[in-house]
Amino acid sequence: MNIDRGRVRAVFRKELRQFRRNRAIVVTMGILPVLFLTGPMISIFSLSASASTSAVRSVVSSVLLLMLIVPVILPAAISSYSVVGERDQGTLEPLLTTPVRRGELMLGKGLAAVLPAVAVTYVLYAAFVVAVRIWAAHAVFSDLWQVPPILVEVLFTPLLATWSVCVGMAVSVRSTDVRVAQQLSTLASLPPLGLAVLITFRVIAPTVLSAVAIGLAFVVLDGLACWGAATMLDRERLIVGRRAPRHERSRSG
Amino acid sequence: MPPPELGTRSRPWFVRRRYGVGYRPLAWQGWVIASVLLAAAIVALLVVHASTARIVIVLALVAVYTGVGWRLSGERQDAANAAEEAPAVAPREPVERTPEQVAAIARLRAEASTPTRLRGPAGDEAIIVEGLTKRFGERTALADVSFSVGWGEVFGFLGPNGAGKTTTVRTLGTLIAPSEGSAVVAGIPLVPENAVAIRSAIAIMPEAPGLYPRLTVAENLEFFAGLYGLADVRPRIEQALATVNLVERAGDPCGSLSKGLKQRVAIARALLSDPRVLFLDEPTSGLDPVASREVHELITALRQRGVTIFLTTHRLEEAERMCDRVAILNTRLRTVGRPDELRERLFARSLAVTTLAPLEAPERLFAAVPGFAGWHSDGADGYELTVSDPRTAAPELTRALVAAGADVLSISERRHSLEDVYLELIDEDVEARRP
Repeated sequence: MNIDRGRVRAVFRKELRQFRRNRAIVVTMGILPVLFLTGPMISIFSLSASASTSAVRSVVSSVLLLMLIVPVILPAAISSYSVVGERDQGTLEPLLTTPVRRGELMLGKGLAAVLPAVAVTYVLYAAFVVAVRIWAAHAVFSDLWQVPPILVEVLFTPLLATWSVCVGMAVSVRSTDVRVAQQLSTLASLPPLGLAVLITFRVIAPTVLSAVAIGLAFVVLDGLACWGAATMLDRERLIVGRRAPRHERSRSG
Repeated sequence: MPPPELGTRSRPWFVRRRYGVGYRPLAWQGWVIASVLLAAAIVALLVVHASTARIVIVLALVAVYTGVGWRLSGERQDAANAAEEAPAVAPREPVERTPEQVAAIARLRAEASTPTRLRGPAGDEAIIVEGLTKRFGERTALADVSFSVGWGEVFGFLGPNGAGKTTTVRTLGTLIAPSEGSAVVAGIPLVPENAVAIRSAIAIMPEAPGLYPRLTVAENLEFFAGLYGLADVRPRIEQALATVNLVERAGDPCGSLSKGLKQRVAIARALLSDPRVLFLDEPTSGLDPVASREVHELITALRQRGVTIFLTTHRLEEAERMCDRVAILNTRLRTVGRPDELRERLFARSLAVTTLAPLEAPERLFAAVPGFAGWHSDGADGYELTVSDPRTAAPELTRALVAAGADVLSISERRHSLEDVYLELIDEDVEARRP
């Protein structure tokens, strides 16, 4: 597929500008992660130095899982707005009359949703690790500062965010109401977290190999989700609500 | 502060925050410096966490950042943002302009209105449509439509609501696929492989302006310029805005503009890419008379520049005034031609006569008029004569009436408007569909 980087950049910049000026999105990006982490952080910092290994692991696992929910929830909220929001403000048709291809549109919008969410999650994770290193019991830091959990966070965050964005865009294409789209896409983006739970709660032993294996599973899921979303981003479907029959599609792009 | 000169734009690395204190990175160099210093602070906290030295190190890093920001920043964020986010133009309220700025704006406006004939491939039509049909399930929106539009022509596409006008535009704009038929748009065959090429060569202005309300006028245009892959974006935006007389509103958020101004921005957006063919879908829909007149003036200016314009409307006086040729559509194409041609085709040419008193023997009197084909009374003292050529018939009729001693009040050619043509054709359809 031909991708013009200039067009992707134009869509990406426009999306970021819009997000930056949308107070609801800015507040969501800022407050939601903090709200998610406040409780578990208190639990971690109240753990005494003599706490049992299982107690430490339980708290650390729950925090790590919550850290993985952030890159799922944030992009879902943004990407679910991507098409239905354009339709809502009447900008969808002018946008589709330009030479932009569906892949470029999807990539630009997708990156604009994924990158901020990944950045927020990484910053949050880094801040969390630093805080644990400084203020929490040493046992907590020891449990946290290991290659498998770090790999899980670093690797799974963009993969989960990508899934969430693709699902959000697919929901957005089929929705006519922004709020319904946001709720549905948040729900639809949660299932892959089940895989992440297996490793964060040590149902599967957290090793580099298991993290990479689950990461590969996410890559496959992401590929399927992106393919599905790209198929749905059909101009005729977006404009008139349904796709042209196959024999008609061969007549026009 | 004087407004920044057109076409110039400073790009400092940092900018003072509008709210709060300190500086935020503006250019990529600023982001690199900020990231390095942040990473250094984290490393310092991790490595020397047990020592009070970490506080000193972090404070030192903050001081370094502030110092760098102060040295490398431009104006306050609000001023710098105006330059960053509305790059193409001067801000909205430059109460006093320098002579250079006044000259620059005048030059741009003059350039925008300079007649330059834009032409496509010689000898070809801009749009050729043959047997175009579009069905949505069981419903036929467009049936077997064929017509062509020449380069530089203003072509009106008329029809009642639901006639298929917008469907035609969407099909020719590669937004939806035709069920049957073929077309050439901007000289390019309408096939899937050419979709991007066609969309690059044309511009479509849908009925709703469709602007991003949170972005400024300049940002909206900048976005679309990016999608068209245009070079020299700023001069193009300036020229497009000068064409619609909106240079001074470039920094305004589109959400704050009136409907008429939004429509002008939408036209500026359509002009950005110098399209060979411009589709205007109901461009004056919902506009007040003043705003409509402004849009008409813009269309006239575009016509002078040689842009091929495909105008869909159901405002008949608009079509009659603006268009070289019109087509009347009601799912099927009812007719195509110049407005006066359509009038002649549909209505016999006639003379209207009014006298002070009824004529005694009108039939005998009118029969002597050259090209006379028939007559009927139009009220007590009025007559309508069907003639082959009103210009030769009128003087003879006048002489005959005077010779007969009639007191003539008026003799005039009866002119049928495009509205008469339209209503005649649409009424025929309504009658035909009646069970």
